[in-house]
Amino acid sequence: MSAFLEVKDLHVSFPTGDGVVRAVDGLSFRVDKGRTLAIVGESGSGKSVTAQAVLGLLNRNFADITGQVWLDGQDLIAMSDDQVRELRGEAMAMIFQDPMSSLHPFYRIGDQLMEAVRTHHKVSKQEARERAIDALKQVGIPAPERRVDDYPHQLSGGMRQRVMIAMALINSPQLLVADEPTTALDVTVQAQITELMLKLQAETGTTLIIITHDLGVVADMADEVTVMYAGRAVEMGSTDDIYYRPEMPYTLGLLASVPRLDSDLNERLDPIPGNPPSLINLPPGCVFNPRCTFKDEVPGNRCTTERPELLASSAGHLVRCHLDAAQRVAAREAST
Amino acid sequence: MAGYVIRRVLIMLLLLLLLSFTVFVLFSLLPADVARLTCGKICTPETIEANRIRLGLDKSVIEQYWIFLQGVVMGRTYGQGPGAIVCNAPCLGYSFTRQEPVLKLILERLPATLFLAMGAFVLFLIGGVALGVYSALRRGRWQDKTVMGISLVGYSLPSFFIGLVVVYFIIIRWQLLPFPSYVNPWVDPLQFVQTMILPWLVLAVLYAAFYTRLTRSQMLETLNDDYIRTARAKGLPERVVIRKHALRAGLTPIVTAAGLDFAGLLGGAIILETIFSLPGLGSLAVSAVLSPDLPILVGVTLVTASFVIVANLVVDLLYAVIDPRVRLA
Amino acid sequence: MIEATDRVEVLRVEDLRVYFPVKSRGVFPRTVGQIKAVDGVSLSVGQGETLGLVGESGCGKSTTGRAILRLINPTGGHVVINGTEVAGMSRRQLRPVRKQAQMIFQDPYNALNPRHTVGSIIGAPYKIQQIDPPGGARTAVREIMERVGLNPEHVNRYPNEFSGGQRQRIGIARAIALRPKLIICDEPVSALDVSIQAQIINLLQDLQQDFNVSYLFIAHDLAVVRQIAHRVAVMYLGHIVETAPRSVLYSEPMHPYTNALLSAVPIPDPRKQSERERILLGGDLPSPINPPSGCVFHTRCFIAQDRCRTEVPQMRTMAPGHEVACHFPITEPLKGGVIHGPDPGLTAPVPGEPGYWSETVTDLGGVGTSRLDSANSTDEGV
Repeated sequence: MSAFLEVKDLHVSFPTGDGVVRAVDGLSFRVDKGRTLAIVGESGSGKSVTAQAVLGLLNRNFADITGQVWLDGQDLIAMSDDQVRELRGEAMAMIFQDPMSSLHPFYRIGDQLMEAVRTHHKVSKQEARERAIDALKQVGIPAPERRVDDYPHQLSGGMRQRVMIAMALINSPQLLVADEPTTALDVTVQAQITELMLKLQAETGTTLIIITHDLGVVADMADEVTVMYAGRAVEMGSTDDIYYRPEMPYTLGLLASVPRLDSDLNERLDPIPGNPPSLINLPPGCVFNPRCTFKDEVPGNRCTTERPELLASSAGHLVRCHLDAAQRVAAREAST
Repeated sequence: MAGYVIRRVLIMLLLLLLLSFTVFVLFSLLPADVARLTCGKICTPETIEANRIRLGLDKSVIEQYWIFLQGVVMGRTYGQGPGAIVCNAPCLGYSFTRQEPVLKLILERLPATLFLAMGAFVLFLIGGVALGVYSALRRGRWQDKTVMGISLVGYSLPSFFIGLVVVYFIIIRWQLLPFPSYVNPWVDPLQFVQTMILPWLVLAVLYAAFYTRLTRSQMLETLNDDYIRTARAKGLPERVVIRKHALRAGLTPIVTAAGLDFAGLLGGAIILETIFSLPGLGSLAVSAVLSPDLPILVGVTLVTASFVIVANLVVDLLYAVIDPRVRLA
Repeated sequence: MIEATDRVEVLRVEDLRVYFPVKSRGVFPRTVGQIKAVDGVSLSVGQGETLGLVGESGCGKSTTGRAILRLINPTGGHVVINGTEVAGMSRRQLRPVRKQAQMIFQDPYNALNPRHTVGSIIGAPYKIQQIDPPGGARTAVREIMERVGLNPEHVNRYPNEFSGGQRQRIGIARAIALRPKLIICDEPVSALDVSIQAQIINLLQDLQQDFNVSYLFIAHDLAVVRQIAHRVAVMYLGHIVETAPRSVLYSEPMHPYTNALLSAVPIPDPRKQSERERILLGGDLPSPINPPSGCVFHTRCFIAQDRCRTEVPQMRTMAPGHEVACHFPITEPLKGGVIHGPDPGLTAPVPGEPGYWSETVTDLGGVGTSRLDSANSTDEGV
């Protein structure tokens, strides 16, 4: 199956007064049609910037973007802004993190939904309104005929996120990118929204990319996972690969530092030492090396001098690390 | 919403009362002896005293204020007998120097000020906002810096300076326009425009500077808000994002300031009216100060301050129209 | 393990109530209702112990924390810190109490005055309480900085030169400067990255070991609380619905809300996630101005019955240390699969509130967070 979305060697950097910020530094990944990819990372990993680059939301006057983003046969980076804009909100859509501020406070939600429809389709206001009500129904908002005339501040956070999802899906996009869709929500609401997104995906066959730092949400929703650190993919594979056979020390560190409901009660968390790197002055060699507890196992100081390549550990499981296969397995044993 | 409006109107009426009382008391505290100043051609101590009684100045300030208020509602008669002067309701005072009710004088002068304010308002608002948006969109680049630089200059130059420079070059030196001579627009439209165009532009330049900066900072703020990102994600063309989403969201302080500025302009742009010989409220006030003619001063002060108070209410109501979150509060 | 007999109580709260008046917007504003942000909360924290206070937004946990330290004034109830009743005290009287009870805040970017150096932020408590630590304040500050993992050479830097995690360490250093008996931690790690979160949690545990300090750990993240708390109290709409020792709460929760809450927390393990039972609550949190009658949770409860609508359940001790406020506490494991709670629909805001009420409550509860924090870091009553 050819990939529905394929990102090849994406670089995004922002020239600033203090230097060039390399937000995304050579990222490649692919997602097949109808599947769910999770891009996992902490702040500064470049995951949000990647999502925005894919959708063409970055201002090319302020960001240098190179690479290719193939969506169903077209390279979005090579296209003009207007061409990408036509696809945006139609063939591909995005939902964002904070539902409290992501809707315009002065316009009714119905008007905002209708705007999404009428930007891409020449339909009457009446028709657009009907589609809006339909979309609200689909995302589980009760009494949509009445709610459609509400202002955003009349809805709770969970309801607003549903409206955001409705707005993204109203034109039946083939690709949906969700940037931290549940982070700002209460955990019971998060559960509702997660269930909703999975249900809608099953119904529509939309390809889903979830950007998040929450490893629990990833376990719940994703088929494949890409772990990012400082603008690079450091490990990629199926969800099982990442959770049951992780190999890159950063992934190991992440999994060990996340508090979980099923851990041993008296076990302390094992945090990754140090702080995330500055994206202006990236460390040479492996970008994770200053915080890596295994780098001394690699002979000749390679971790500080040579940037590791993304190599296959097994079919579909890629790891960017200088440790050899046996060492990685040992690292994993040591972590768990 | 209705409760909100009623409450604001009541407060406004209260403010107007308070204002009128304050103005009245302040003027009554002035060391000038009104009786002496307005006693007519021959002022003997007896005529001054008679005048004092006629004007009601022998009474306490509170009583005088009460009579004044009654006059506003019902009209007032100064003095008794054949020499009595009748001032019909609403009576804002009587100018003995000019032998006219103050209200009549104000109404005569109002059109020039009104047209000056309206013309300048339209120019500075549209120009200022447009430049502000332009500047915000080119933030940091040379266009932005140029616009901000020019607006800073415009903001800091005193009005008389620009006015005089403009008069000198355009009217006197280059003779592009005739000397200003005000007529109402329905009398001679061409002369009206020729007279008003310069004061409009001068005022516009002075005020636009502020709106350029305000709009620019508002736009920069709203353009960073999350709903702008949502609008772009929907695939909206950038000009729609800017106009419908960013600008609309940042409109509130612009509307507030514009409303109050307009009200202020209605008080008369004193300096410009003098330079361009416009018979407006501003020049009326100036001549009243120079005479001195206290009743006119009291009347003009009351009227122009009232404009501001009313404008305040209108602007607050507009606030609720623009921002639905205020409505339901 | 803390033995029941020699347990020293550092904090006791009895029937704490915090109500905020709601004013109508008519011609003459009157008080038309009350937001019952905290409606009868009782809890107790022993020496060297951590009590986790969990709940979702709008449950009143942050307000509780602030009311305990008198950053907000309680409407009723008792707060006893180290044996001293503080609920009715004046500000002046509170000053010595504040030596013993401190607070750490959520937002590392807003909680520190950007115009003060790190050294003066951490040293402020000494100045305000007029304490001269042995060796001088400067030495004490550097010692604390090292203790919390900051480089003492940075004592003259400003907060904006530090990362989020480091700023949180500064906040902790300030709180621990006077060796208080109690520190109230209000969402101390929710704004931090995962890897930094773990560092801070470990730091807090270490400090508790070293200084025998007690924590009231307020958080919405149940997994985080499970790491650090000895006992946990669950809040919903201004009430505590269940309190239990950590191991018991997470393995045998009795209150239906606790069950729902735990089932909603995803575990980073795909197989376990797909096999877990899920309880999906319908609708939204009801408005605290108009809370449901009887048990406040009954509108969304999947085992609610008639009695729940009419009678307010009292806190009952079901086992040593385990209290539940429920008429039908769950004692048998649930049947598994997906359980749906009833869907009472959406809640529209009540006229008179500025829009989404939850924001209001959190806003009022966290009224002027930075202001209060700046007040803390100046001479205003630490």
